[in-house]
Amino acid sequence: MKYVIIGNSVAACGCIEAIRKVDTQNPIVVISDEKYRVYSRPLISYYLGGKVDESKMYIRDEDYYEKNMVETKLGKKAVAVDFKNKEVILDDGEKVKYDKLLIATGGKPFIPPTKGSESKNVFTFIKFDDVKAIDEAIKNGAKKAVVIGAGLSGLKAAEALIKRGLDVTVVELANRILGSILDLEASRIVQDELEKHGIVFKLETSVDEIIGDGKVERVKLKNGEVLDADIVVFAIGVVPNIDFLKGTELKINRGIVVDNRMQTNIEDVYAAGDCAEGYDFVFEQQRVIPIWPNAYNQGETAGYNMAGVQKTFDRGFPMNSIGFFDVHMITAGIVVPNSDDIEVLVKHDKEKNTYRKIYLKNGRVVGFMFINSIDRAGMITNMIKEGFNVESIKHRLLDEDFGYLDLPKEIRQEKILGGAKA
Amino acid sequence: MAKKIFPKEDVCVGCHLCEVYCVYAHSKYKKPNAKAHELVKLYIKHKDSKPTPRILVEEKSGTWTTFALQCRHCDDAPCTKACITGAMKRLEDGRIVCDEEKCVGCWSCIMACPHGAVRRGENKKAASKCDLCLDLGEPACVKNCPNEALEIKEV
Repeated sequence: MKYVIIGNSVAACGCIEAIRKVDTQNPIVVISDEKYRVYSRPLISYYLGGKVDESKMYIRDEDYYEKNMVETKLGKKAVAVDFKNKEVILDDGEKVKYDKLLIATGGKPFIPPTKGSESKNVFTFIKFDDVKAIDEAIKNGAKKAVVIGAGLSGLKAAEALIKRGLDVTVVELANRILGSILDLEASRIVQDELEKHGIVFKLETSVDEIIGDGKVERVKLKNGEVLDADIVVFAIGVVPNIDFLKGTELKINRGIVVDNRMQTNIEDVYAAGDCAEGYDFVFEQQRVIPIWPNAYNQGETAGYNMAGVQKTFDRGFPMNSIGFFDVHMITAGIVVPNSDDIEVLVKHDKEKNTYRKIYLKNGRVVGFMFINSIDRAGMITNMIKEGFNVESIKHRLLDEDFGYLDLPKEIRQEKILGGAKA
Repeated sequence: MAKKIFPKEDVCVGCHLCEVYCVYAHSKYKKPNAKAHELVKLYIKHKDSKPTPRILVEEKSGTWTTFALQCRHCDDAPCTKACITGAMKRLEDGRIVCDEEKCVGCWSCIMACPHGAVRRGENKKAASKCDLCLDLGEPACVKNCPNEALEIKEV
């Protein structure tokens, strides 16, 4: 038995850790086109902003692979998979045989066709090498930055760049920032904070052309405005990194289609993380949920099943915890109501600059967004996961001191004592 | 499998001494076998920011019910899976601990903890949670609860 994992981020960790809980014997091989041992993609903005150094980028100890008996093939790209002969083909021609395969290749940046996007100093913002290149450009004198996309990664890029002393303009097609996790009112709170720190926003427009003599000099927007720029960062979003598998018998919709054991349509082939399309429990449909805990959970589930232990994961849904300067927010599930039968609870304390909004459906929480009032938010996340009926306590959910005391004694005791068994 | 602390709400009097001893036990100024009257020194040392206990006394106005809650050291700990830095991890003895040097304060653990048992530590820089008093041999909250409302058990 030989396990092979393509990809080396958190889904791979989940897989390795699950396999080793039940199988301490059989070899595991990890293949990645990046040369680094497993590091945190979300930390790249912290690295660029100077908050963490290279040593803190790594999410597992140096002896992680050795301890878990993992053979690594780093800096080698998988270019094809021969599903019939059960082997992965690498860019140097090597063929790696597998008995059980996990595809965990993550996402790749989406760049819309844009004139001038091949210019020097045009970057994406996903990998460690991306921020190392941006760092280099700053050290070489870059002063003005244009970030395209006001989603999670675009704004983390903008925050890091302003901390490095650059002038930063963020360009966003939508009418608000963080449209995937916040409503209009909440996004205004965050935008105010970012503007207070000097970030300039151009909303409801996009980039038309990047101008320069081989190197970025200006960015022309669709609304006709022209911005001076030394660097441009594309952070519009990610798409599953699965081009090398297209045209094979592997079933792909937006991502690689998996069941709740992370099994694909091909026997012994599994997928997890940002390249996979699994079940979204809140939206009740197959979706790519490109968030960190989901990737770990999917990788872990795949690992157990690859090692012969049947486990299912059918409670995936989007959740995010993120902060910019002094504003922190946690959101989960539905953040923009998608049907008429959704009840809205909301409390905006302008003095304290806090915002809590919760969506209920049939007496159950299906989504929330909390800004600057995030303590114990996991209790609400867990209520989504459990489908817990909150009808009798819903008047308390918006209060900052909501806790176990708001639950009936029996339920509270079961949750606390049962936590030991969780 | 880790030992776990169980709160007994029927005997908890809500005195908050567990919180005070917890802060003291995790202070660099702690002394073994400290008495309550010595704790004031801690607050002098920490005058720039209020130290955060890793235990939380829940109480609600209008009820007599109180109890002290801390990390359940879940067997399938969601905080470790949500952590983007690897700071939140399980030790070989089963305890879940946070490497506060590594933590960047993204609060993914707060998003993930079903019990609301992870707190933002001093100056809200890093996550702060019960480590079952690694260095002391036994948890300070259990040892010093005046009404034996906390119990440590192997489960």
